[in-house]
Amino acid sequence: MLEIDGLDVHYGGVHALRGLSLTIAPGEIVALLGNNGAGKTTTLSAVSGLVRSTAGKVVFDGREITRDRPHKIAERGLVHVPEGRRVFSTLTVHENLQLGGYLVRDQAEIRKRIERVYELLPRLAERRAQQGGTLSGGEQQMLAIGRALVTGPRLLLLDEPSMGLAPLVVASVMELIAGINAEGTSVLLVEQNATAALKIAHRGYVIENGECVLDGPAADLREDPRVVEAYLGGV
Amino acid sequence: MTQLVWNGLFVGSFYALVALGYSMVYGIIKLLNFAHGDLYMLGAFVGFAILGAVGGVSSSMALPLLLVVLLATMVLTGLAGVALERIAYRPLRRAPRLSLLITAVGASFALEYGMRAAAGADPRVYPVRLGGTSVEVLGARLTLQQLVLVGVAVVLMIGLNLLITRTREGRAMRAIALDPRTSSLMGIDVNAVISRTFFLGSALAGAAGVMAGAYYGKIDFLMGFLIGLKAFTAAVIGGIGNIPGTMLGGLLLGLLESFGTFWLGGEWRDVFAFGVLILFLTVRPTGLLGERVTERV
Repeated sequence: MLEIDGLDVHYGGVHALRGLSLTIAPGEIVALLGNNGAGKTTTLSAVSGLVRSTAGKVVFDGREITRDRPHKIAERGLVHVPEGRRVFSTLTVHENLQLGGYLVRDQAEIRKRIERVYELLPRLAERRAQQGGTLSGGEQQMLAIGRALVTGPRLLLLDEPSMGLAPLVVASVMELIAGINAEGTSVLLVEQNATAALKIAHRGYVIENGECVLDGPAADLREDPRVVEAYLGGV
Repeated sequence: MTQLVWNGLFVGSFYALVALGYSMVYGIIKLLNFAHGDLYMLGAFVGFAILGAVGGVSSSMALPLLLVVLLATMVLTGLAGVALERIAYRPLRRAPRLSLLITAVGASFALEYGMRAAAGADPRVYPVRLGGTSVEVLGARLTLQQLVLVGVAVVLMIGLNLLITRTREGRAMRAIALDPRTSSLMGIDVNAVISRTFFLGSALAGAAGVMAGAYYGKIDFLMGFLIGLKAFTAAVIGGIGNIPGTMLGGLLLGLLESFGTFWLGGEWRDVFAFGVLILFLTVRPTGLLGERVTERV
C-alpha cells in the first residue's frame, strides 16, 4: 500500500533521513520506533508532503507521491495526524471535525462520518460546542484522530499519539487505533512508547540517526534483546 | 446629535469595509498589507473607468447602474488583490515578517505611483453624483444615497460574516489562520484559500472605493493612503484578525471622528483618530474583541 524507498531528507546541513525504506501492506499497523531525533517525525512529514525529500521515492497505492503537495496527498486518502495533536484551538470540536470533511462534497456523508466519530468517542459528542483548545490532552488527541477519520483515510500516519498522556489514557488511545485498523484502515504509528505501540502493531521498524536498524514482526521485536534494552526499559 | 451619530456611522461603514480586508489578510497570513488602502483607490479608479466607458449617466438610472458598476469593480479589484498576493507576497511567505512588511509598503507605492502614471496626478471628478432627495430620520437629514450606500455596506458585512462563520470556505480560512500546515493535512489547498481571502478583502475595498467616489465626487491616486491608515486604526480598535471586532472598530472610529470633529473642529479629525490608535496600541493592543485564546498545552 505504501512503499518508501531510499528516502533522504536534509534540513539545512542536517542529514535527517539516510536512505530510509519501509513498506506497509493493506490492513497493517506498522510501528516506527526510535529515540528523539532519530527521524520518525521527518519520515511522516516527508510522506505527507510537509517536507521535501532530497532523494528516494514514496509510492502510495502504486502511484508516486514524492513531489505532491500535502493537500493532494491527503486527497488520496493518506492522512497525517501530526505530533502535538494540532487541534484548531479556537474552533469548536464540531468545526474541527467538519474540517476533516473539507474534501467531501456530500454534506450528508460528512454528517454521517461525524456521527460515527461521536459514537466512537462519546466524550467529543458531549463537548461538540466547546473550543478545541479547552479540551484535555487526551481529548485533543481523540479529536485529532477523529478529525482525520472524517477525511475517510485509507492510511493513517499517527505521530506520537501517546505523548504527554496518562497511562490509562494511552491505553484507550491505543484501543481506538486498533479499532480503526480493525475496520480496514492501515496505520503507520510513530511512537516513543514502544511497549504500547508493539502491543497493537503487526510489524515494526526501529530507526536510529535516520536509518533503519531493525525490522520485523511486532512479536519478534518485543522479544529482541536490543529493542528490550533500548526501548522497553531493560529487563 | 442624531446627525452626528448618522455621519459617524456613514463614514464608519466605509472604514469598516476597508478595515475588513486588512483584518482578514492579517488574520490569515499575519501580514499588515499596507497596500490595502491603495486597492480602495484602485477600486475607485476602476469604477471611474467603467462609468466612463458606459458613457453618461442619467440621474434616474444612477442607482441601479451604480450597483452594477460596484459589482464589476469588486470582481476586478478582487482579482488585482489576488495578483498582488501572487506576485509580491507569496514568494516571501517563509521570509522574515519584516521583509514582507517592507514589500507591502513597496507595493503600496507601486500602486499609487503606477496609478499616477496611468491616470495623471490631477484629481478626477466622478461621473456619477447621486442627486440626493433628503429624508428626515429621527431628526437627522440624510440623503437617499447615504441610506443606500450604508445599506450596501451592511449587506456586504453581514454576508462576509456569514461566509466566515458558517461555510466550509470560512472554516478553512479560520483553520489556516491558526495553523496552515495542519490545514493542508486536512486536504485544504492553503494557497488557494489565501488567494480567495485576498480576493474577498480586496473586493470589499474596491466596493468602498466606488462608494467613496460616488459620494465625495472626487478621486485621486493618493486617496487610499489616509484611509488605509484609518482602516488599520479601525482594525486595531476592534481587534485585528477578528471580523465582528473589525466591523465594530470601523463604526466606532467613524463615530469618534464625527464627535471629535464636532467638539474640537475639523482640523483635529485625524489627530483624534491616530491618537486613539496610539492609545489602543499601548493600553489594549488586542483591541475590543481581540482574540482571547483559551488553550491548554
